[in-house]
Amino acid sequence: MPQNRLTRLFQEKSGNLLNIYFTAGYPKLDDTVTILEELEAAGADLVEIGMPFSDPLADGPTIQASNQVALENGMSIRKLMAQLQGVRERVSLPIILMGYLNPVMQYGFERFCQDAAAVGVDGFILPDLPFAEYEEEYKPILEKYGLSLIFLITPQTSEARIRQIDALSSSFIYMVSSASTTGSQVQTNEGQQAYFSKVKGLGLRNPLLIGFGISDRPSFELACQSAHGAIIGSAFIKALQQPAEVRENVRSFLKTLR
Amino acid sequence: MNYGVDERGYYGQFGGAYIPEMLYPNVEELREQYLSIMQEPAFQQELQELLRDYVGRPTPLYHAKRLSERYNTKIYLKREDLNHTGAHKINNTVGQILLAKRLGKKRIIAETGAGQHGVATATVCALAGLECIVYMGKIDTERQRPNVEKMRLLGATVIPVTSGSQTLKDATNEAIRDWINHPEDTHYIIGSVVGPHPYPDMVARFQSVISAEIRKQLLEKEGREIPDYVVACVGGGSNAAGAFYHFLGEPTVQLVAVEAAGLGVDTGHSAATSVLGKTGIIHGSKTLLMQTEDGQITEPYSISAGLDYPGVGPQHAHLAQSGRARFIAITDADAMEALRELSRLEGIIPAIESSHALAALKEINAGPDQVVVLNLSGRGDKDLNTILTYFEQQDAAK
Repeated sequence: MPQNRLTRLFQEKSGNLLNIYFTAGYPKLDDTVTILEELEAAGADLVEIGMPFSDPLADGPTIQASNQVALENGMSIRKLMAQLQGVRERVSLPIILMGYLNPVMQYGFERFCQDAAAVGVDGFILPDLPFAEYEEEYKPILEKYGLSLIFLITPQTSEARIRQIDALSSSFIYMVSSASTTGSQVQTNEGQQAYFSKVKGLGLRNPLLIGFGISDRPSFELACQSAHGAIIGSAFIKALQQPAEVRENVRSFLKTLR
Repeated sequence: MNYGVDERGYYGQFGGAYIPEMLYPNVEELREQYLSIMQEPAFQQELQELLRDYVGRPTPLYHAKRLSERYNTKIYLKREDLNHTGAHKINNTVGQILLAKRLGKKRIIAETGAGQHGVATATVCALAGLECIVYMGKIDTERQRPNVEKMRLLGATVIPVTSGSQTLKDATNEAIRDWINHPEDTHYIIGSVVGPHPYPDMVARFQSVISAEIRKQLLEKEGREIPDYVVACVGGGSNAAGAFYHFLGEPTVQLVAVEAAGLGVDTGHSAATSVLGKTGIIHGSKTLLMQTEDGQITEPYSISAGLDYPGVGPQHAHLAQSGRARFIAITDADAMEALRELSRLEGIIPAIESSHALAALKEINAGPDQVVVLNLSGRGDKDLNTILTYFEQQDAAK
């Protein structure tokens, strides 16, 4: 098995990691790989590809809308796997698939892992997969295919649970910046800073990436002071809605960040 | 076989709590505390008083003689339609509001489809003096105008939901998103036996007063606590869960769950989840679910706004799969015929939801010496517009 790209990334680079989220099949069905190529060229460190779902519970209006458009465009896990065939000849940055459990269940979890590993995916974020079920049913399958599962923590997650999540994680921990769905305007306040420093002070073995409400250079840089990097989703989806051609939209947005 | 929830929150293979981490502390707090709070003597006393003096319980168990004659069996109607606010929904909201107060919550959110659960929630929020926000699909706010006005009159804020298909499932998504954004001060009153554990069990316990009363009342009237059949309609399944609760372990009782077939199970316009659904995850629960091959949740159809949920409570999924309950699907047309029949035979106008259960009477073939208890979950006042339009179109087509 080749060395996991996620592990290697965190070994090679210790800070300011930029993780970009986008929805597969958005704005156009066949934009997925184009966006991946541009993100790598423009300096993203890793990417999260969202698998669209009819009922994205944890997402705010921007990502909900991109999910709906992607589904109308005909996106599905089957289609995404086909688009990612051969992607490793063109991009080398770590790829994480993010999505809700139901479409993955219908695809078949083992088949999903097998196909994802075959095209060069490195890990998954499945926010509605519970812990106990993960350990019992899903973990052995993920390990068989050398895939990481990334867990979320929030300001309300207890220290005991953060430590449990740290013990189960194998690449990084997704630190949700505030109690919110994706795309909310996050006010930086004392409570949030206290949460960031509390988690930083726990001395976790996994790196932390902060997401939710990170939208521009100031919020990205602020997040990077408290973690190894940050995740931008809704703001990037909005950038893709600009009138220019898709490659140009990706490039101009990343220029504003770095 | 055990039909109740297990320690992990499952009914057989269904149930669980498939929720993102953002919801975990709220759901976990509830899971840790709901049973101990519900068992407190002070809680029970307050609940029993409200059920009696405010809701109007016990509801009558009425021997419907003309209906019995028509089907050549002995039919009792459990009159949940006589509850305050017109349906069984308030049994659950009264219980959950007392629970929310004990958890120290200041803000109540709810989803609603037809508006019955929204009205029942707005009602108990007024009673408890708590802020109430009800999410309702925009299409439903237009279809169910009077209930929107009632909720507003009761002091609730009704938020029309414009995401997704703008109906019940999207209203539920939006309520869940609200809860994610308000993790400390808010309690989410789910209206049915759906959602992550412990909701299906908690709501079923609050609704179980229905079957507890049936046993007592049947003993007085028939000299036996156990009927031969218990019949109830199922959308999410809260009235059926309450009507079945104390009979689950009585193997001689035939439990009949009646789903909405809409225009017909095979027409593509149906809400018969036990037939059309496959195992999946909706609103935090593993259950039978109507969905595409790719796992996208589809929009069900029924003339009844209270039965068009694309999933079904996990306990009902288990009852269907294990064969403990018989599931019957009833079309719009048969339900409406049964609605008219009960109105004319007994002088009771049932809700369209409950009319699905009534229409199943002709399917079960109960004998003349048998006792059938049918849960009349709600009254038809809220449906008057739909009923009039339906029969006008029927007459015009003739």
